[in-house]
Amino acid sequence: MEKNSVGLVETKYFNFDELVLDSKEHLKQVTIAYEIYGQLNEKKSNAILIEHALTGDAHAAGFHKDEDKSGWWDTMIGPGKAFDTKKYFVICSNVIGGCKGSTGPSSVNPKTGKPYGLDFPIITVADMVRAQKKLIDYLGIKKLLTVVGGSMGGMQVLQWLVSYPESVKSLIPIATTVKHSPQQIAFSEVGRQAVMSDPDWRDGNYYGVSFPTRGLSVARMIGHITYMSDVSMAEKFGRRSKEKKPIFKFEPSFEVEGYLKYRGDSFVKRFDANSYLYITKALDLFDLVGEKKLHQVFNGLKAKLLILSFKSDWLYPSYQSKEIVKACKLAGADATYCEIDSTYGHDAFLLEVDEETHLIKHFLERVSNV
Amino acid sequence: MSENLAYKIITYWVEEKSSVLDLGCGDGELLSILVERKNVKAMGIEISEQAIYSCVAKGLSVLHENIEHGLTGYADKSFDYVILYNTFQEIKNPAAVLDEALRVGKKVVVGFPNFAYYKSRLQIFFNGRVPVTSSMPFQWYNTPNLHFLSILDFTDYCNIKKIKIEKSVFIGKSGQVKFLPNLFAEMGIFIVS
Repeated sequence: MEKNSVGLVETKYFNFDELVLDSKEHLKQVTIAYEIYGQLNEKKSNAILIEHALTGDAHAAGFHKDEDKSGWWDTMIGPGKAFDTKKYFVICSNVIGGCKGSTGPSSVNPKTGKPYGLDFPIITVADMVRAQKKLIDYLGIKKLLTVVGGSMGGMQVLQWLVSYPESVKSLIPIATTVKHSPQQIAFSEVGRQAVMSDPDWRDGNYYGVSFPTRGLSVARMIGHITYMSDVSMAEKFGRRSKEKKPIFKFEPSFEVEGYLKYRGDSFVKRFDANSYLYITKALDLFDLVGEKKLHQVFNGLKAKLLILSFKSDWLYPSYQSKEIVKACKLAGADATYCEIDSTYGHDAFLLEVDEETHLIKHFLERVSNV
Repeated sequence: MSENLAYKIITYWVEEKSSVLDLGCGDGELLSILVERKNVKAMGIEISEQAIYSCVAKGLSVLHENIEHGLTGYADKSFDYVILYNTFQEIKNPAAVLDEALRVGKKVVVGFPNFAYYKSRLQIFFNGRVPVTSSMPFQWYNTPNLHFLSILDFTDYCNIKKIKIEKSVFIGKSGQVKFLPNLFAEMGIFIVS
């Protein structure tokens, strides 16, 4: 195990009776899966909440017993890293609607004793954050030092700003948007249609019977295309093929085809198809301020923002981050913005570790000292 | 010419605890001096990514944007001072940026190298080549400067546009220049409103 790892960790579970959702439905017997790293200080002023993206989970750093794979943001969380666990108390929880320990469509519906399936209510990003607020209250934290996340994680960050502005000292939205664009909705919808057109999906009632493996893996393949860039694909795969000569068959032979297939295949082993539907729907419904003007919502905001985007990210393009910047300007909010010159596309938020570490480390030092 | 002197003058001018927007703030040196000595609320806009990293390391708030369209978001008079130090000559449309700076800031600090400095004049006259001086240390093929202006050009412009020059200081090799600044100063610094 590397020296600056948080080491062996385990997922914890926090249960509460009820969550009232944006849809007005009451979700009963809710569980939130979460992990914590580092120590909460006496004043409880050093807590950082990490928000995961679409298919992430609570396991952000360190290792689970008997597993070699570290948490999804292990490069950023640990002793001496951007989120330095010697200084900060780091929390990451799985979103509701997910399938990694928090209540979601694959959880048992207390009313029927069977998995929810499509009886699970539609959830929103605001609902995810509402559930997290309960966890933060339970942990006894009044004010988070920062809330940080990329992509869907960034949407949750922005939602914290709107829902609980008094509970955050700073925010770090990365490669994100205040509302899904038609293009982003379109990609989500193609993914969902892939899942729902798989006969094994069975209108969402597949638990214990079948699994829409083909549909979900196609959805994941599409997703992966949108997370990369033309340049990063060219660099990673080129036109390399496992066959020496062109073959006139439809088996994947180009490396990029093999890669997507591998990604699709491994995804279906770890992710629930209905969760994929519910969470992508939450992304599409996300519209932080609706008819209101963003800068009006930001007015009087005391929290400081560090906004990051990536040049080659065409799924969450920089112009979307710049809208947040613009609202900060109009509202007089204290913001720092950097468009990192990366060729990795949307994936950059997980890969541009050095740049993000530099920016986040200094930003956190500054907000800790205020 | 001493950069420190220019910074000292600007720092002297800027009022305690005021709000400052530095356009083209570079690595944030001037802004961090202003934060330290005058306790200002500082904000920078800078186009270079590397410079952004330096600013963030200094604990500054900075936006990675092009100042040619980076000011549209700000409300009128949202800063006590807008600074255009050594950037004015490097932007495509200085007139538009100055207009915007005057809209956004109650006062605007403008500093630029004086093209009519006597050494520049001598170099053109005797060498027949584009001048290279300590305030404009570039060759024609690698200079970031897009516009070449003199102290008189700027004061003329302010007269035409009815921009009020509140203060001005001219800097030469060995300090302030009071006598024939358009000839002997390498740098002109103004507060306009």
